[in-house]
Amino acid sequence: MNRIIIRPPGRFNMPPIREFWDAREVLYRFGVRDLVLRYRQTAVGVAWVVLQPLVSAGIFSIVFGQVAKLPSGGVPYFLFSFVGMLAWSVFNSIVSRAANSLVANQALVSKVFFPRLMVPLSSVISVLIDFAVGFILLIVLLLIYGLNPGWWILLTPLWLICVLLISAGVAIAASAITVRYRDVTYLLPWILQILLYATPIAYALSAVPPDLRWLFELNPLTWLMETVRWTTLGQPAPAVWQLVALPLSCILVFIGGVLLFQRFERSFADFI
Amino acid sequence: MRDTAISVEHLTKTYRITDSSKHTNRVTEAILQRARHPFRRTQFTTLAAIDDLSFDVNWGEAVGIIGRNGAGKSTLLKLLTRVTAPTKGTIDLGGRVGSLLEVGTGFHPELTGRENIYLNGSLLGMTRKEIKRRFDEIVDFSGVEKFLDTQVKRYSSGMYVRLAFSVAAHLETEILAIDEVLAVGDAEFQAKSIAKMRDAAHDGRTVLYVSHQPQTVTTLCSSALFLENGKLSFSGSVDGALSKYRESFARFQEDQRDPANRPGTGALRFTFGAVTEQIQDPADDTVVEFEVGPNPDVIGKYYVSCHINDADGNVIVQCDSRLTGAWFSPAAHQRGALVIRSVWFKPGRYSIDLFVCQAGIIDTWEAADSFEVLPSTPYPEFTSDDAMSHGVILADFRYEVNP
Repeated sequence: MNRIIIRPPGRFNMPPIREFWDAREVLYRFGVRDLVLRYRQTAVGVAWVVLQPLVSAGIFSIVFGQVAKLPSGGVPYFLFSFVGMLAWSVFNSIVSRAANSLVANQALVSKVFFPRLMVPLSSVISVLIDFAVGFILLIVLLLIYGLNPGWWILLTPLWLICVLLISAGVAIAASAITVRYRDVTYLLPWILQILLYATPIAYALSAVPPDLRWLFELNPLTWLMETVRWTTLGQPAPAVWQLVALPLSCILVFIGGVLLFQRFERSFADFI
Repeated sequence: MRDTAISVEHLTKTYRITDSSKHTNRVTEAILQRARHPFRRTQFTTLAAIDDLSFDVNWGEAVGIIGRNGAGKSTLLKLLTRVTAPTKGTIDLGGRVGSLLEVGTGFHPELTGRENIYLNGSLLGMTRKEIKRRFDEIVDFSGVEKFLDTQVKRYSSGMYVRLAFSVAAHLETEILAIDEVLAVGDAEFQAKSIAKMRDAAHDGRTVLYVSHQPQTVTTLCSSALFLENGKLSFSGSVDGALSKYRESFARFQEDQRDPANRPGTGALRFTFGAVTEQIQDPADDTVVEFEVGPNPDVIGKYYVSCHINDADGNVIVQCDSRLTGAWFSPAAHQRGALVIRSVWFKPGRYSIDLFVCQAGIIDTWEAADSFEVLPSTPYPEFTSDDAMSHGVILADFRYEVNP
């Protein structure tokens, strides 16, 4: 039998992969719990998953498409903003749900041992289910509008992995910092709100004045949005450097988040 | 390679206590402070909750961890279950540690009993296969099968606790850590739980049990550790640890006789406090005499209070003199006596705590004295022991029979 040796934590702790594998059941149970809790005692239940992206896409297509009359690259504005919201809501939901997760589960964190990373990571599961529903809705919309994105749509899993990595990285870091500084709880919704408008989600990058465009192009989420519209709406592909930088930056953010989390983890029970 | 269940070497856990006026948990303040004093390190004092502990535990042993409040028992258990990390030293574990810390941690009120069994089981380190295999046993043991698909928020508190305990009791980890949870449910369920824990040790697993209650340690454990101020002061037989524990109580009692060692503002101090009859029968009146020294600088009158605690440290009665309108003047040396009537203490050992209070507490004299209530019955009939075994105190009662 393997002996477990516990030593004082060092400065940087690599995440113990084996422990995560042993605790996969926890991740699954947390995911199920989130899903069950979300729709138990709601009147329309799962319909919320369909309703939310439709309504927000509708609002954006009225405001940006009808009122501001922004260009959408020849695609119906509703479809244009729906795709943007589909990818954005993955990021937004994971980050906002996970940030408070450790504090919300503080009874567990201060009493029972299990890989703490499971707590913020579990929010990914329920978001993935939402995404699946949203994606089916997208296919239906593409058929209704008679728009064929071409074979590029098969690349969807690749950008999905990217958005999962970057949002999980941010979410993990945010949840760890929240344990010490509750400010994050107030700061984060505000930052997310700003990001929603600072990223070309409901408008095209081409609508941004050329002298400001470099600022938008610094944002990894811009690269993501361009990639998403390329694969699902048949819009022109983003620059090659963006296609390379996107996965790289997502992996970096994820690793950074995990390392930060590990650094904070051993003292959670003392601080929370 | 070692073949012990647990080997602990030079284990130390220190907590830093930041000066409260300078402590911050806001980012903005933390940054501002760092900017204002870039080179100053935060001021803090360190407190060693666990101080250089070394011990071995063999397989199949049931080890009781005893000590006064704040001796570090729970911290030790948290370290062994990896909830918190040690500051120094190593812990070498021969297998998985399952913890049965507080019953119901990880239960979610909105989920059904069945869902909670799976969630809680996985949190405690069981695999899905293990939970499935033992599912029926768990349900059977808890006795809530009828309500398995009801949300636990609709459970009675008894059902809730029984289900939570059952999940934890069926853990298949090699080492089991328990923090005083055996005292849940009714007497029958408690007996069942203690039997279950004993079986665990018989199966060659190792049980760690933290308690304030010497009785459960005696019935459950084969050896014991006695902690004092974070240090291991005894390791070995249960009887040895318990006598050490009693000795330390006697030492504490001796220590508290000196007012300088007692908490409270200290403006007024008891100079004397004692129970008149050290050995009494249940139906006897209990009389506590006390004297309080004068202090003309204290403004207004004060009252005194007395707690009577049982051997487990539970407060049985609280007698504040303000309830009977007895207030004392600090101008003169005061002598008084508290007479407690109409309470029949159960046979056993009791200790008394004395307090001098105004708006706040001026003097706290814990363990000022103790007395023994003899195992004699105040009732007219003799029956078997279980006629008096339930309840905290005995009552002066009679039955009226109306045909």
